[in-house]
Amino acid sequence: MQDFVQLWVYLSATPLFGLTATLVTYLAAYAFYQRVGHAPWANPVLWTVLMLALLLTVSGTPYPRYFSGAQFIHFLLGPAVVALGWPLWLRRAELRARVVPLLGAVLIGGSAAAGSAVLIGWLLGLPPALLRSLAPKSVTAPVAMGIAEQLGGVPALAAVFAVLTGLIGAISGKYLFDALGRLGPAERGFALGTAAHGIGAARAMQVHPDAGAYAALALGLQVILSALLLPLVARVLGLAG
Amino acid sequence: MSSMNVLNGLACLLVCQSAGEAASRLLALPLPGPVLGMLLLLGALRVERLRAPVAAAAEALLAHFSLLFVPVGLGVITHLDLLRQYGWQLMVVLLVSAWIGLAATALSLRFLLRRGAAAAD
Repeated sequence: MQDFVQLWVYLSATPLFGLTATLVTYLAAYAFYQRVGHAPWANPVLWTVLMLALLLTVSGTPYPRYFSGAQFIHFLLGPAVVALGWPLWLRRAELRARVVPLLGAVLIGGSAAAGSAVLIGWLLGLPPALLRSLAPKSVTAPVAMGIAEQLGGVPALAAVFAVLTGLIGAISGKYLFDALGRLGPAERGFALGTAAHGIGAARAMQVHPDAGAYAALALGLQVILSALLLPLVARVLGLAG
Repeated sequence: MSSMNVLNGLACLLVCQSAGEAASRLLALPLPGPVLGMLLLLGALRVERLRAPVAAAAEALLAHFSLLFVPVGLGVITHLDLLRQYGWQLMVVLLVSAWIGLAATALSLRFLLRRGAAAAD
């Protein structure tokens, strides 16, 4: 028993623990998600985060120690954002032919998401630092962190808000679209990529190839536009500190 | 051959990202490094030889895009006090603004595409 405790103390202190736990938990959650036919409530990111939160709490592992291993996965977000150039390139003909509707929808949807978040947050009396971290929440996490930093928000919080937003979109999007009536896979996917970034786009890719392509397209456009426009808008509104 | 492609493609993505980070810092541009890297990649894809490797690496990375959000998403446990303090306000903000964003995008795209189709007729 003593040996086992020592072994556990050793293993949980190495980066191996965070990396292995993340990958194995995600694979299990993903297998379950597939088994229940991609039901929105079985979202693999949601369940992986919940299971790992439980594991860290029960084992008393502090988050920084977990992250020392999980950072190898986290690091791939950067190259993944660069990789979004690939779906943009594949759909370049479509992008050129429909540039006005697509850019228009990203601008309208993106500003509606960011604007309503800041407005509702302000009405509910949230402090300015939280509002600044909320503004980029529908942008994909790594970019959201960069924007929040520029706005004077808290990058780590912005990333958490971005992930929660992505989960909300991935889980409830289907029901919202059904309620709005007669929306094709292109509109659904594009909306998920715009307002629920990477996690929403991942959901779209799993459900329908057209929805997935449009989600990737929206993700690429939205990342460029919000990185350019959000700091500008915040400066105009006097939010940036 | 295809395993070589993934490796070559990953190198290509990393070179674009590094160039993007360098440009973002050196020129003090408002765009984050990875976003500039994506724009550089779009330019680089004009070179035919790069397309197959980039496709292999991009598809491998994007197929499991949602896994990459787990480490940062788990960061929520370090902000539990803040969530306890502003929990319901944050929940309302995140839920309502996500729905507004989704609905605004989907409806405006449907409207703009239809108008475009009508103008073309």
